[in-house]
Amino acid sequence: MVEKKRSGYWLTHLGLILGVLFIFFPVWLTFVASTVTQDAIIYPPLPMLPGTEFFENYANALFRGSPEGYGAKVPVIKMMMNSAIMAIGITVGKIIISLLSAFAFVYFRFPFRNLCFWLIFITLMLPVEVRIVPTYEVVANLNLLNSYTGLIFPLIASATATFLFRQFFMTIPDEMVEAARMDGCSPMRFFFDILVPISKTNIAALFVILFIFGWNQYLWPLLMTTDPDMRTIVMAIDSMIPTGDDYAHWPTVMATAMLAMVPPVIVVISMQKFFVKGLLESDK
Amino acid sequence: MEKRVFFKGWWLPALLVAPQLLISFVFFFYPSGQAIWNSLFLPDPFGLKTEFVGLDNFRFLLSDPYYLASFKTTVIFSTAVSVSSMALGLYLAALADRLIKGAGVYQTLLIWPYAIAPAIAGVLWLFMFNGNIGLASYYLKALGYEWNHTLKGDQAMFLVILASSWGRISYNFLFFLAGLQAIPKSIIEAAAIDGASFWKRFGTIVIPLLSPITFFLLVVNIVYAFFDTFGVIHTITSGGPEQSTTILVYKVFSDGFVSQDLGSSAAQSVILLVLVGILTVIQFKYIERKVHY
Repeated sequence: MVEKKRSGYWLTHLGLILGVLFIFFPVWLTFVASTVTQDAIIYPPLPMLPGTEFFENYANALFRGSPEGYGAKVPVIKMMMNSAIMAIGITVGKIIISLLSAFAFVYFRFPFRNLCFWLIFITLMLPVEVRIVPTYEVVANLNLLNSYTGLIFPLIASATATFLFRQFFMTIPDEMVEAARMDGCSPMRFFFDILVPISKTNIAALFVILFIFGWNQYLWPLLMTTDPDMRTIVMAIDSMIPTGDDYAHWPTVMATAMLAMVPPVIVVISMQKFFVKGLLESDK
Repeated sequence: MEKRVFFKGWWLPALLVAPQLLISFVFFFYPSGQAIWNSLFLPDPFGLKTEFVGLDNFRFLLSDPYYLASFKTTVIFSTAVSVSSMALGLYLAALADRLIKGAGVYQTLLIWPYAIAPAIAGVLWLFMFNGNIGLASYYLKALGYEWNHTLKGDQAMFLVILASSWGRISYNFLFFLAGLQAIPKSIIEAAAIDGASFWKRFGTIVIPLLSPITFFLLVVNIVYAFFDTFGVIHTITSGGPEQSTTILVYKVFSDGFVSQDLGSSAAQSVILLVLVGILTVIQFKYIERKVHY
């Protein structure tokens, strides 16, 4: 702060607190709704403080699914497992293939290197939504519908991580390779013993970004999974909310919404430093 | 920029890039090619054979009032989402940047919604504005304002914009805060000594210095509004009422999977492909200017 004015100081805090409240409010309401009875919700207004049904509602959601209404009787714990497998599969898969190809692009000269480079880089930023129908057909033809492979692999096909690792490898001094080569170090040994360890912070940063990207996938699992056992939590919540005059068991739905938010939010908060770095450097 | 020192051999690097190339071909180039190919054909109503129609699918689309309406909806929607979430993000970042102590706490409190899936954000706001049980619609009703986004197009639009922007504030906040903290304090102090007020400094120094980041965010937010908001729209309105919230990517989905109109859906994919291509080129130009080493 350049000048010191007390009124300005408090107004700054006030403005920020209003912003925080605006951000928190919908989540707070969701939390409240996940701790009360169905009756407390269907006769508005909703109370502002949590009720007493916390354990009841979360146990219902996790192990039994919503007791009545549309989309009932599917336990959420299975969906969370599916989401976790998908998110971690996408994260680990993307990091591995990107590390390998970035290593090849930066530390080797090989025929068609530029062509390969551009082929991979064209995939940058073009989301799966654009080519959704043909991608669905490919996966269907490969017999991968309702499988983890089918959920994971089409979402690995993007160059963001390769781009980031390439940028980072470029900043590593050439003396590293020279020294390694002089000592008779093989390329793969250089990769595993030097490159991967010094990329640790970048890997962590990407891990956070990609985990959130993977966990939050919506359209792709929605199309891919017809088997209830393969549904992910983020896509399944839509089927719990009725479109017409059907009614939902709101406390269970809201408990499910909370459960869908908790893992990625924990990842962001616990790895905040890496998250900020990953977000600012990967430029999406 | 290239490395001066590198390893020899060609089969090892070929092996190293193979996994990514293979995945890109199977799940990216082949489907994209397929989309372009399909956009030139029209399947008969029974799906038995397809007929080559050249650019007819595109010609039909560009004269289809529903498609043009969806274009207009997308423009309104993505402009509103980008502008409102960027304005709020910049506002909060400017406030946080004024603090010497506590900016980190506010950063933690403001950035976590980035982790919330658009579809879940949609559910949260849908719950608040649900016509029967929602808190917001209850109080609006008490004030004499009839809220029913399942029937009124403009209310539906407002709600999807609100839900989409809400989850996006944290992203913009973080980038603007980083941009603001990168501005040398000496410039600001010099202006303050010359008697420039906070708003004067903000308008004549901070905003111009932030313009590269603002431009970058604008492109990224438009891409977000084009694609990632699918979840918000699908959970809250399903494109309705009467297609008033059907943005382009939602139309690709509903024409391709719900109505099974494959030729038209493929042509729409190609148009989206071109649009994203243009945005990507614009962004690359920006990255080129930004990277200095």
